[in-house]
Amino acid sequence: MTQPLSPQFLPRDQLQRLLDGLHQAGHKTYGPQLCDGAIVYAPLNTVEELPQGVEDHHAPGSYRLKENGSQRWFDWVSTPQGIKPLLFKPREILWRATRDATGAIHFKNPENSTEKVAIIGARACDLAALALQDRHFLSIEQTPDPFYAERRRHLFIIAINCTRAADTCFCVSCGDGPKCEHGFDIAMTEIEHGFIIVSGSLQGKQFIKPLALNSADPAQLDEAAQREANATQQQRAVPSQNMRETLFNALDHPQWDDIASRCLSCGNCTAVCPSCFCYSEQAAPQLDGNSTEQLREWDSCFTQGHSYMHGITLRNDTRLRYRQWLTHKFASWHDQQGRSGCTGCGRCISWCPAGIDIIEELTILSDNRGVADDA
Amino acid sequence: MKINHNRPTVAVHKFTSCDGCQLAILNLGEALLTLTELVEIKQFAEAGILDEHATVDIAFIEGSISTPREMAQVKKIREQSHYLIAMGACATSGGIQALRNMSDGQAWIDAIYASPQHIESLTTSTPLSDHVRIDLELWGCPVSSHQITATVRALLFGVLPKIEHDKVCMACKRSQAVCVMVSRGEPCMGPVTNTGCGALCPQFGRGCYACYGPAENPNPNALASRFEGLGMSASEISRNFLFINNNAPVFQTIGQKYSERRDE
Repeated sequence: MTQPLSPQFLPRDQLQRLLDGLHQAGHKTYGPQLCDGAIVYAPLNTVEELPQGVEDHHAPGSYRLKENGSQRWFDWVSTPQGIKPLLFKPREILWRATRDATGAIHFKNPENSTEKVAIIGARACDLAALALQDRHFLSIEQTPDPFYAERRRHLFIIAINCTRAADTCFCVSCGDGPKCEHGFDIAMTEIEHGFIIVSGSLQGKQFIKPLALNSADPAQLDEAAQREANATQQQRAVPSQNMRETLFNALDHPQWDDIASRCLSCGNCTAVCPSCFCYSEQAAPQLDGNSTEQLREWDSCFTQGHSYMHGITLRNDTRLRYRQWLTHKFASWHDQQGRSGCTGCGRCISWCPAGIDIIEELTILSDNRGVADDA
Repeated sequence: MKINHNRPTVAVHKFTSCDGCQLAILNLGEALLTLTELVEIKQFAEAGILDEHATVDIAFIEGSISTPREMAQVKKIREQSHYLIAMGACATSGGIQALRNMSDGQAWIDAIYASPQHIESLTTSTPLSDHVRIDLELWGCPVSSHQITATVRALLFGVLPKIEHDKVCMACKRSQAVCVMVSRGEPCMGPVTNTGCGALCPQFGRGCYACYGPAENPNPNALASRFEGLGMSASEISRNFLFINNNAPVFQTIGQKYSERRDE
């Protein structure tokens, strides 16, 4: 890779030029927009569509937006979904089959999308989770997933460094943020009058160069550093980056029952988790019986189908399903990928309709006194 | 259990209900033509085809059992049908009209009708499964057209259809809708309700009404506690559970608990 450009300053009124460059190069651009009381990624044409002066406030089971009167477009911290739905589609057709008049069956590939996509707004926790999804779907030990791989090849990422932390954030304790260190094409930090912008890839550099920007001056860099430092002030932290032994030693902890009494087993946590990768497949035949589609959908360790085998549901209650989710994410993930599966985005806390706080549960589960007292 | 002949027969019967599930079949559009090529429809009142005594391979019944006549008729239909399928909330749980099970049905009849002696009605509204053996239950108020076609297709292939058991939340998140409960504090029955509607209401910013009945492994106590946390009164909570599928045991138990709390 070539030497990255030194940090440059992009005035706020010049961001549109960067978007125009992406559009001219054929990228469909997704950016943060206000929709149904949340800031979500949606196709973005102009900077006018960005959420100006809007903060997101998170708590267990709660998400609210608040205007703060600033000119800034990226004062929010996390969207309801990260990058995941752009690459690992919630629903997609894997193949089609048709039966002709002679009874012969023909298999067809679905139309693969080779659309170039750019996303603006990805955070450090999202990039860390993307690296985990890449390892899963593009693993060379298994066959790389062609659908994911195709979309991944065409994804251009403009990352934004966080300048606030939500109450549910804990990326610092996971070692995954808040500063975007790698895995982006362009990274920016928003300051009062614009952005400090750096490239992270040759492609990123090619989009910055035509903007003919000036190097950021020391005062601008200082302001950016101060704002980035705000995001390191986080209220939550994982007890440890490696909880493998702790959790596997706590399989009989009474806290699992306590969680099961509050957990709805609805799967929201796994759907918003940027690293969760489970899916199910089903055949969707047409009524005439002459053609069918093989459909893949997001699944969750909280559904019955997830552990259903030959007439038996192995994890038939919420205690076992929640334990599966937590021990996979924070324990067996170390065996599979050499690290925890959590990057500290906090979405599972905010978007849990029951307001279950994973950090609180991990903290209680790490305290083996509960087990000893019970015994 | 396999349907062996070339053009199986189908009946669509109606008991106490609103006809909405029959409309889900009528609204199939072009697929309705395909359906009539695949099967012979013997009885379907909403489509004008009448032969209620026909022996058929597949019988769909819409509606609950709420009169003595229906009680006798459902037993006859069971005898004359190979597959008997309960279609929609009324047939699977007793429907919204099962609310009368929790009050004095006769008192209502006496109070409402000028000549109550002409009303021949049971004091309860109950699901078909309380009266006869049911082969399949398709929940929903109304059922979706897709449920009907997928069921017929599977039975024609000689297999049972895949019945949805996941919570509405799974479909809601796949649709990328923003959770109304988390983002607005709006009560939503999605976390205890079967999907099948594809999370229709949350996609329009409304909480789920639980049309598709209790999902597999539901935790109604936890959801009711959450509703309390959102500031809902006991009577509001009870009404959320005692609605379209009020007679489904999972909803009835919790709904009555909160209903009694309101009376205290």
